[in-house]
Amino acid sequence: MKHTISILVENHAGVLSRISGLFSRRGFNIDSLAVGETDDPAMSRITIVADGDEHTVEQLEKQLNKLIDTIKVKALAPEELLSRELQLIKINAAAPQRSEILTICEIMGAKIVDISASTMTIEISDTTAHLARFEELIKPYGIKEIVRTGVIAIQKGADTIKK
Amino acid sequence: MIKAAEAMVKCLEKEGIKVVFGYPGAAICPFYDELAHSDIHHVLVRHEANAGHAASGYARISGKPAVCIATSGPGATNLLTAIATAYADSIPIVCITGQVSTDQIGCDVFQEVDITGAAEPFVKYSYLIKDAAELPRIFKEAFYLAGTGRKGPVLIDVPVDIQQTMIDFNYPEAVELRSYKPTVKGNALQIKRVCEALKNAERPLICAGGGVINSDACSELREFAEKANIPVVSTMMGLGIFPTKHPLNMGMLGMHGVKTANEAVSKCDTMLLIGARVGDRAVRSPKFLAETTKIIHIDIDPAEIGKNIPVDIPIVGDCKNILGQLIAGVESADRSAWISELSEIKNAVPVENETEGYINPKMFMRKLSAKLPENTICVADVGQNQIWTCNNFEFKGGRFLTSGGMGTMGYSVPAAVGAKMASPDSQVVTVCGDGSFQMEMMELATIVQEKLAVKIILMRNNRLGMVRELQTNNYGDNQIAVHIADGNPDFVALAQSYGIRAERVCTMDEAEAAIERLCAADEPYLLECNVWRNETTL
Repeated sequence: MKHTISILVENHAGVLSRISGLFSRRGFNIDSLAVGETDDPAMSRITIVADGDEHTVEQLEKQLNKLIDTIKVKALAPEELLSRELQLIKINAAAPQRSEILTICEIMGAKIVDISASTMTIEISDTTAHLARFEELIKPYGIKEIVRTGVIAIQKGADTIKK
Repeated sequence: MIKAAEAMVKCLEKEGIKVVFGYPGAAICPFYDELAHSDIHHVLVRHEANAGHAASGYARISGKPAVCIATSGPGATNLLTAIATAYADSIPIVCITGQVSTDQIGCDVFQEVDITGAAEPFVKYSYLIKDAAELPRIFKEAFYLAGTGRKGPVLIDVPVDIQQTMIDFNYPEAVELRSYKPTVKGNALQIKRVCEALKNAERPLICAGGGVINSDACSELREFAEKANIPVVSTMMGLGIFPTKHPLNMGMLGMHGVKTANEAVSKCDTMLLIGARVGDRAVRSPKFLAETTKIIHIDIDPAEIGKNIPVDIPIVGDCKNILGQLIAGVESADRSAWISELSEIKNAVPVENETEGYINPKMFMRKLSAKLPENTICVADVGQNQIWTCNNFEFKGGRFLTSGGMGTMGYSVPAAVGAKMASPDSQVVTVCGDGSFQMEMMELATIVQEKLAVKIILMRNNRLGMVRELQTNNYGDNQIAVHIADGNPDFVALAQSYGIRAERVCTMDEAEAAIERLCAADEPYLLECNVWRNETTL
């Protein structure tokens, strides 16, 4: 089962390597990891999507909490989180295909951000599942390159990670 | 303004450090230059790992973080085994390493190694100091982190140019770490649940681990066990909490434990784990055990709870506090049938064979401990010698030190150096094998230089005996890479060449007389026991 875990950490050098090192040495599998500064520049927020049963996730939370740099760990329940991932995709797009591609992008909420004689570069930000659907739709045109950020997530409603 | 190197020394003085263990080198020279003007006594070891082990021995006896020092590069990497050893046993040490100059970090210069990176998996925390002004705060934090919560090693890596920088020195009074607040007091509701569970238990059992010693809760545990009439087994790290002959003490459990303890574990209906992490050598099939037994787990580290064994009632906190709460809440109960059932197994007289011309190490340990005073500090190395000591040395209220978690050969002699420095008036006896001794024998020099009356028992069976036994039992007796006789020196002559009194014994009669001399000696003493090559551990 997939779990989305938000972690607030001290914004020090070496913190990310401590977190990622913990995953490898405790044998936890992670699907994605995204890091960025928060509104307080002294803190970073890490979002991890990990695979495992309940026991594994409980252990993971405890081990993360044990790290001195960890301020707060919260596993977000699927029904109470909003998640997004940003993807940049470069596909083959000669002139005849462009209008078709544009239509798909419009329907799926993607944006063309660059164009060349033979390619287009598309930006899309949505849930991992939506990105997967989009990828299926544009695959036939020929994907040249995909870059993705990893999932970030936040709680729905007024609650925050600190509460 | 003072040099940061001087500030480092002042930080140690502020922390009440009287002794440090180390080995100098170019990248730590500014610090040593200042240390020379301090009253802190520097013990020069003969290998950096032993600085760490000696600090570990010192910390375990003094109960406070102890300090070891090494230079950059190989000095620092030599420390790694000692850091990992301290981490596995939750021993508070602060390790200070020199580092190459900040402008050279990352350039692969002479004696440069990323030691904070290398040590990361087995430090409680580490610092690479990049701003000299932060040095006092970092030292304050390092000692606080090492010595509170679940204790452990903290590493401070100090580049040589940082040591030379002038700073304003203000040692912080307190530590501010928003992310580190260990729980020390047990949850009252959980305490109540434990008392309730114990009331309903017919065959409860306490399993005491090293956490009880780390939290200085030995007398609380004894009081609790006596009040509730609950028998006690120990992990290797928990040996010494209960006197061997205490009627509630059932000995060490696990793969190398005694029958009484293991029978107790398999027969109990409620198991109270206190400061024990259910390591694989102590409990082989924890899930199986939890199916038939109610498990109560008390630990200061929340991550230990549920890690290795499913738990019915967890309590997070310092076991000294929690035992205090439990003593107040628990009811006394008559468990004489359960205790006498176990005592019967315990009191069975062991059948022992003597092999002519050899010392039976199990008999030897009993004879030796009978002659030693109550507050003896016994240190065991790793291997057969360790198990012989665990199961046969009579603990009478002193201390037992060994590398339980990591099983680090070469731990005992340097740890004994640290222990003797921390408690000069205690008798310190270390037990090792001819294998492990050769990983630490350079420390004879430290013992002589510091004039430490450390007593060394060397069980020479000309084998790496623990592995030999494993090969005999599990690999069709295919003995490979365990025969060391051809390279063994004359250990007695070796010790004597350092000026250390030494003798060799081959019979129990000789041993008894030698034990008298060893106990009476007011100087270092090495006693080599000739042990049969096929002597078994259990």
